[in-house]
Amino acid sequence: MEYQQLRTFADSWGLLAMTLFFVGTLIFAFRPGSRKSADEAAQIPLKDD
Amino acid sequence: MKYGSAIIGTGIAAFFALLAAGLAKDELFASHMGILVIVLIGAVVVLMRQTSFTPQPAVDMSAYMDGPIRYGVIATVFWCVVGLLVGVVIALQLAYPDLNVEPFLSFGRVRPLHTSAVVFAFGGNALIATSFYVVQRTSRARLFGGDLAWFVFWGYQLFIVMAATGYLLGITQGREYAEPEWYVDLWLTIVWVCYLIVFLGTILRRKEPHIYVANWFYLSFIVTVAMLHIVNNLAVPVSITGSKSYSAFAGVQDALTQWWYGHNAVGFFLTAGFLGMMYYFVPKQANRPVYSYRLSIIHFWALIFLYIWAGPHHLHYTALPDWAQTLGMVFSIMLWMPSWGGMINGLMTLSGAWDKIRTDPIIRMMVAAIAFYGMSTFEGPMMSIKAVNSLSHYTDWTIGHVHSGALGWVGMITFGAVYFLVPKLWNRERLYSVRMVTWHFWFATLGLVVYAAVMWVSGIQQGLMWREYDQQGFLVYSFAETVEAMHLYYVVRALGGALYLIGGLIMAWNVTMTILGYQRDEQEIGGAVPAPQAAE
Repeated sequence: MEYQQLRTFADSWGLLAMTLFFVGTLIFAFRPGSRKSADEAAQIPLKDD
Repeated sequence: MKYGSAIIGTGIAAFFALLAAGLAKDELFASHMGILVIVLIGAVVVLMRQTSFTPQPAVDMSAYMDGPIRYGVIATVFWCVVGLLVGVVIALQLAYPDLNVEPFLSFGRVRPLHTSAVVFAFGGNALIATSFYVVQRTSRARLFGGDLAWFVFWGYQLFIVMAATGYLLGITQGREYAEPEWYVDLWLTIVWVCYLIVFLGTILRRKEPHIYVANWFYLSFIVTVAMLHIVNNLAVPVSITGSKSYSAFAGVQDALTQWWYGHNAVGFFLTAGFLGMMYYFVPKQANRPVYSYRLSIIHFWALIFLYIWAGPHHLHYTALPDWAQTLGMVFSIMLWMPSWGGMINGLMTLSGAWDKIRTDPIIRMMVAAIAFYGMSTFEGPMMSIKAVNSLSHYTDWTIGHVHSGALGWVGMITFGAVYFLVPKLWNRERLYSVRMVTWHFWFATLGLVVYAAVMWVSGIQQGLMWREYDQQGFLVYSFAETVEAMHLYYVVRALGGALYLIGGLIMAWNVTMTILGYQRDEQEIGGAVPAPQAAE
């Protein structure tokens, strides 16, 4: 594969895929009802010793 | 038979090391393999003296496996003192060049010994030990793989010993934070893959449905370091019984690979791993859940996506294409977001319990760590801006920046975790002395502030002297003059390092006495609130 091909892929589809994934994590983190499950998860270390 | 496979495996390895020493193509490889033979035979002797042929009791699978963690904590404290001591020695070597004892203890050989000792020996042991502790507690499962965790611990110590002795002998591939030659790199790869298996296996058999955020950070640290280590160390050895190898990359590609590795060693080894520590030990010590769990998820993903691109900022104004330099700078600046999000998340965990900073020196240490995390991750992106970098690059400012991150963030959060862990792991009611933690805190903080401040002054002065032109366009200062001007700063820097080392020695004493089961007779800190008196 040529350097230029790799670079063009990285700054187009690669960039788009990563941005979408990241936006997806934001939507996932703030989806409706996530507060309750997040609060439960935050308690995990405090449950036992 | 107890330790049967370990004795046989180590014995065979010792034989092959001897063979390699005999067939060595160069003297350095022969000496290095000689050291390996001595270490391995020593290990066989120790194991054989402790073996027994009585049937071993069955392993209680419901109990946590804390043996390797106890050893890991001791190793952390030990390498901490060693690494800091070597740091003070090289600081003095810079101030007083006569202290360069050639050839083995010259600055060029001892400096990588210092960086590897503090980053990989101290930091690495802390990460392995705490990750094993945290993953078991938050998964409610015993470590996966049985004795594999022991292999990871001892294999990692062997890596440290081989790396350190190699540097002193003069074996190096000259890559920052990755100086060990190809055969030591291969060994670390094996150990690291086993580490991944133990960690991931424990997560896979967890009884807790959710994977706690600290484990995400630890896992990203393990996986990314594996990737960085392998790519950065792609090299062709001259001979399989020789110490020299040549990188698979050339020129600027090699430089970029190296700094892609170098910066992500900072990003994933010294940041992501220690953030895992923060997300477990701060809530535990404060006895409060993390401020915002959802923020921690965003912190994680933003950090992962941004950090990996920041490496090119180490190559500003070099042969690296301009667009790559700008890319590195832009991603470094974007890192402000997750870094400060994480800092706020850590600090705000204490909201409603701020009095603990006064009464609990361990919390105070953790808060100082998070504050330094915020400060050094502010300073770093600022220094990555090209205009600032043209002044700061190659000067002591960089050294000061690294140390405010390493001594402030990495050191302090690790000390906090060690003080939390030791009484728990050895079933002690409390530390030998809580008041000595306060002493450690102040020695460390004072040393750190002296170190960072003096390096700012010296770095900026150095940068300004280098770029000073007169009216005819000639440089005003020769290089030797700028070196001479640094002398006083280097003396004060050594003093700052020595203060930090004293703090480390206090910790070593405190931890040792706690493990031995002593308790210092002392008053509790800030416990008594003055009772209100009736007005006369």
